[in-house]
Amino acid sequence: MLIYIRNRLLLAIPTLLAVSFITFFLGYLSPASPIDIMLGQHSDPAIRKSLEHEYGLDRPPLVQYGNFLWNALHGDLGRSFSNANRPVTQMIAEQFPTTALLACLAMVTALLLGIPSGILAALNHNRFADRFTMSAVLLCVSLPAFVLAPVLMLIFSLHFGWLPSSGWEGPSYYVMPVLVLASRPSALIARFMRSSMLDVIRQDYIRTAFAKGLSPARVLLKHAFKNAFLPVLTVIGNTFGFLLTGSFVVETIFNIPGIGYESIQSILRRDYPVIQGVALLVAAIFIAVNLIVDILYAVIDPRVRYEEAR
Amino acid sequence: MAVEAFQEAARTTGSPTAEAVRRLKKNPVAVLSGFIIVSLILVAIFAPLIAPHAYDFQDRAYATLPASPDAKHRLGTDNLGQDTLSRMIYGARVSLTVGLVVQVIEVTIGIALGLLAAYKGGLWDTILMRVTDAMFAFPDLLFAILLVGVIRPTTVLASFLTVFVALAIVNWPGMARLVRGQALALREKEYVEAARAIGVSGWGIVTRHLLPNMLSPIIVAVTVDIANVILAEATLSFLGIGIQPPYPSWGRMISDARPYMRSAPTLILYPALALGVTVLAFNFFGDALRDALDPRLRE
Repeated sequence: MLIYIRNRLLLAIPTLLAVSFITFFLGYLSPASPIDIMLGQHSDPAIRKSLEHEYGLDRPPLVQYGNFLWNALHGDLGRSFSNANRPVTQMIAEQFPTTALLACLAMVTALLLGIPSGILAALNHNRFADRFTMSAVLLCVSLPAFVLAPVLMLIFSLHFGWLPSSGWEGPSYYVMPVLVLASRPSALIARFMRSSMLDVIRQDYIRTAFAKGLSPARVLLKHAFKNAFLPVLTVIGNTFGFLLTGSFVVETIFNIPGIGYESIQSILRRDYPVIQGVALLVAAIFIAVNLIVDILYAVIDPRVRYEEAR
Repeated sequence: MAVEAFQEAARTTGSPTAEAVRRLKKNPVAVLSGFIIVSLILVAIFAPLIAPHAYDFQDRAYATLPASPDAKHRLGTDNLGQDTLSRMIYGARVSLTVGLVVQVIEVTIGIALGLLAAYKGGLWDTILMRVTDAMFAFPDLLFAILLVGVIRPTTVLASFLTVFVALAIVNWPGMARLVRGQALALREKEYVEAARAIGVSGWGIVTRHLLPNMLSPIIVAVTVDIANVILAEATLSFLGIGIQPPYPSWGRMISDARPYMRSAPTLILYPALALGVTVLAFNFFGDALRDALDPRLRE
């Protein structure tokens, strides 16, 4: 197992390098220079020169990239071009907890909504509850956050006045963003839970369990759920990708001061150091979550042995 | 006796395509979503004829604040005095064009690389699998946001091209994997072996035996993918980095209408509704198509 984890971590290095390389050179090749954004089009050439020198933008691209990597290895992701010259790591450290809280709450919500409705649909296969749940799933998959969010805001903030429409100052502020962010993941989890449950309840050992007179609840929880949940675990890893991307949109709509909101602002301001830093962070988180899911898989299912599969 | 039974069955069921169409027609959801998709395509093609105003026409009499519907502007205007109905109609053009163009690029690349990997195998296959693995290892919409965000096109044409390329780049791996898997499975079938035995060329086998037989999973994947691409374009435009103004995109219209949510809620609801209905139609149609083309897949 340890060897497997080590190999997976080694594999993460080229992925992170590729992400940093792509974001760096896209920024380098981009038509407009961030200095233009800082100074405006008609600026004093001398000031330009000194600023370019200060940020190291006058050096050859490979040297710039090398410096970026070297500093990143030492925990320094450079300084923001626009945000009062603040270190990128400091900005990320300040905003990450908000995004992490949002994503975790959404994940929990998605599991609480998705798993029971998936089971419910499977147990009522091809009956009303199944059709209803699956239609709701398709609806949730089709409606993006920026369609769902305004509708919820109109109803709960403007019409009833129950929930605040934007900001991030307390639990009542969390409700709508978390629900909006959780809608798509919960739909995907429900869909997988249903098909996985359908596979399992047709197995012989479930029939045996019923035949020996166990209560339906016991059969479902003890025998069926445990086995049906395994494939769903993999989806949860992928779902994390949706949550990270979704937080970009959801934080922008609800004005939540997290990584996603900051990234979009940085993209609009061409603040490349921040974009690069966030891209690296997101890639690292995504890799880590998928690794944890794979390890959990082996822990829950003893049949999965990674050493042999290596 | 058995031959007659087969002939009888063939007469009543018809060709696989006719059979699929017959099954689709029996599904009311499929008929409705198909109708919506066809109407959208017609609206997109004939947008200049249907739209009461040009998409960038600013009615001075209505400028500065969103106006409610009246005889001149059936769905009202936005804060620039632009006609909401006309912009929605042109918005259909953006969504469908992006969906279609990205699919064409994606299917072309997917078929070419998928077949190459399945047929040549070895190094080609390893490279394709590693590259697609790496692509799957990163959330695709986020990749598109970073790609488009860093390039940040400023003109309408450049923004269309950037969105096409970015969405095609993040979407092709799925199609390539699908084609590869299909080709690997079909290659082992007896009829392909028979074709090879009687000396049909590699190209002949691919065009006459492999491609026609993998058409149905590709069509289903394309229908569902169009929905995802339309959503992705709307997301990019909503974030301000997709299709650039003055050309209208539903995502951008939703974003622009946010400050006026209290005073003019319909300004946000109409494009949101259009987007939701379009994506739902493609998703439902894709589901129905899968059931119709391969009834065995139905659980």
